Amino acid sequence: MTNTAIPAADVLRDPRANELAVAGQWKLFWLRFRRHRLAVISLVVVLALYLVAAFAQFIAPFDPNATNARFTYAPPQYVSLFYDGKFAPHVDRLAMTLNKESMRREFTKEADQPVFIDVLAPSEPYKLLGLFTVETKFFGIENAERGDSLYLFGADRLGRDIFSRVIYGAQISLSIGLVGVFLSLVLGVTIGGISGFFGGFTDVVIQRFIELLRSIPTIPLWMGLAAAIPVGWPPLRTYFFITLIVSLIGWTALAREVRGKFLSMRDEDFVTAARLDGMSEIGIIFSHLVPSFVSHIIATLTLAIPTMILAETALSFLGIGLQPPIISWGTLLQEAQNIRAVAQAPWLLFTPAAAIVIAVLALNFLGDGLRDAADPYGATS
Amino acid sequence: MLQFLAKRLLYAIPTMFAVSIIAFIIIQLPPGDYLTTLMADWASQGGAVEAGTVAAMRERYGLDQPAYIQYYKWIAGILLHGDFGMSFEYGRPVSELIWSRLGFSFLLALLTLIFSWVIAVPIGILSAVRQYSIADYCATLIAFVFLALPNFVLALAMMYAMSAWFGQSVGGLFSPEFIDAPWSLARFWDFLKHVWLPVFAIGTGSLAALVRIMRANLLDELRKPYVTTARAKGVSEFALLMRYPVRIALNPLISALGWILPAAVSTEILVSVVMSLPTTGPLLLRSLLAQDMYLAGSLILLISVLTIIGTLVSDILLALADPRIRLQ
Repeated sequence: MTNTAIPAADVLRDPRANELAVAGQWKLFWLRFRRHRLAVISLVVVLALYLVAAFAQFIAPFDPNATNARFTYAPPQYVSLFYDGKFAPHVDRLAMTLNKESMRREFTKEADQPVFIDVLAPSEPYKLLGLFTVETKFFGIENAERGDSLYLFGADRLGRDIFSRVIYGAQISLSIGLVGVFLSLVLGVTIGGISGFFGGFTDVVIQRFIELLRSIPTIPLWMGLAAAIPVGWPPLRTYFFITLIVSLIGWTALAREVRGKFLSMRDEDFVTAARLDGMSEIGIIFSHLVPSFVSHIIATLTLAIPTMILAETALSFLGIGLQPPIISWGTLLQEAQNIRAVAQAPWLLFTPAAAIVIAVLALNFLGDGLRDAADPYGATS
Repeated sequence: MLQFLAKRLLYAIPTMFAVSIIAFIIIQLPPGDYLTTLMADWASQGGAVEAGTVAAMRERYGLDQPAYIQYYKWIAGILLHGDFGMSFEYGRPVSELIWSRLGFSFLLALLTLIFSWVIAVPIGILSAVRQYSIADYCATLIAFVFLALPNFVLALAMMYAMSAWFGQSVGGLFSPEFIDAPWSLARFWDFLKHVWLPVFAIGTGSLAALVRIMRANLLDELRKPYVTTARAKGVSEFALLMRYPVRIALNPLISALGWILPAAVSTEILVSVVMSLPTTGPLLLRSLLAQDMYLAGSLILLISVLTIIGTLVSDILLALADPRIRLQ
């Protein structure tokens, strides 16, 4: 970018030294980041989560929509690694009896009847990432017979496998965070940039508007907007609108951050130099100012993702966000909406909740680490 | 101070105006106008609708006229007559339905604020003074987990724990026999027995955030030279801590009220739905699902306006506590 933007400055600089200087900044960033151990662990966790989401079809052992009337509300089955002194991961077979009094299914474990787990199990052919046809799953039941079951996280009221559903839910929940953050990025950088770069009256108006958005309680506002989405809309369009609604608030933090940076940088020498060279204001913003605080933007964006995941979860939980058959962590929690459902099958609440907590926690730590690395003095607000 | 007050009040007015426009847009969002919904509803119940009634209501809400006139009629009705329109689901004026629920909502939000403040300040101080101690690590870890846990999940988990381990049914703000009873000492005691659970569920998120802020601020203050000076002069450690750094570190906590109040109100809505509390949350959700838009719009308007007023009060408190703010 610098090569085309300021040829005059380029002549003065050795291109290789320039390269080194740029690399140096990112290298410094990486070195500072690496010192933050929790953030590094979180980075691994976050990458793993997104990988799981991308390869959900491979990792989830079952079709998330496949029902099984025999195993409604089956409890989680725990994996034992050894059988008969040999390594053979298995779960205990579940025997079902119908309690005539309460009309509920009751399950007992039969320790002498193991259901063996096959790693890299053969399966029906499916398309991975929409590209390759694959006939293997990460794991599955070995020589599945009638009555065999493998519910690592239990089953819901239709006998669907919660584990597979949580894995598939990651696709929607985690991607809403990313897409929402991208929308916030566009809004935040543009509006915050205009506010900070032009200052004066424009700045006052935009700042008042941001304060307005921040002073409204978000949930009622989101609820009002989300409830207006027609029920009959195709899932993809609903998904997009929910993302849009969720990012309506998220961009304000970013806009403030960007504005602060603009205010402190707009009188720097390199900006003045570019202006004297006759560069357009928009050009200066995007080729000089934005690159100089890209690391801050990344940190703020990372911290915005969890907010959006939590917002989607809340809306879907209330039944006015995403709707089944879309599987997200929020729609999974919808199954656990009242205390009776939770009392009957606590795993309906605790397994999606655990997924949410892990994702949000990891993203928060990662964001904190990135922010510290981007800003050695910790001066952010 | 007067100048500061006037400026803040002046700022609040356009904010409230903007909020009212947002609420009005939300009322207008669902397809079809209010009367078509109402008539369809009456027709489905077999009731005939007199043409005169429809015409009168059409005139009252200005439904044939452009949007800005509709807005004017709507907001004028609210400001001049306290008329929020009709809830077609309940068949009663909106104003009859909302006030007691709003009262409980803000009572809960207020209790939550007090709860999170009273707990957060000592934990934050401890965490900062004994930095990197076991207590600090525990506080930090718990704070981060609470920040990551959706409050409605926490509410459900607590209700589950109460019923599974203590055999106690939870939910609501009163036992059945006290719901319609007039306020008395017994009812108040019953209220206290119920209210701690929602307050805890709502408050943990902001509590965790406040602990983090308090810790960071106090750490900044503790490193300043005046602390060393005071120590060198032999001020006792506790008196020194309380007299200077803690007081200064509290200021950002007061300004945090500005965003904690909206957050508490938001969370209160979610938690209320889960615990079926007699507050605005369940009513708002029901009205939105039934597209009872005058009720929903009024709730959103009032919740937002009251939050803005709350934020204004917190700004004034901050100005009283910190002279630097009001001189800016």
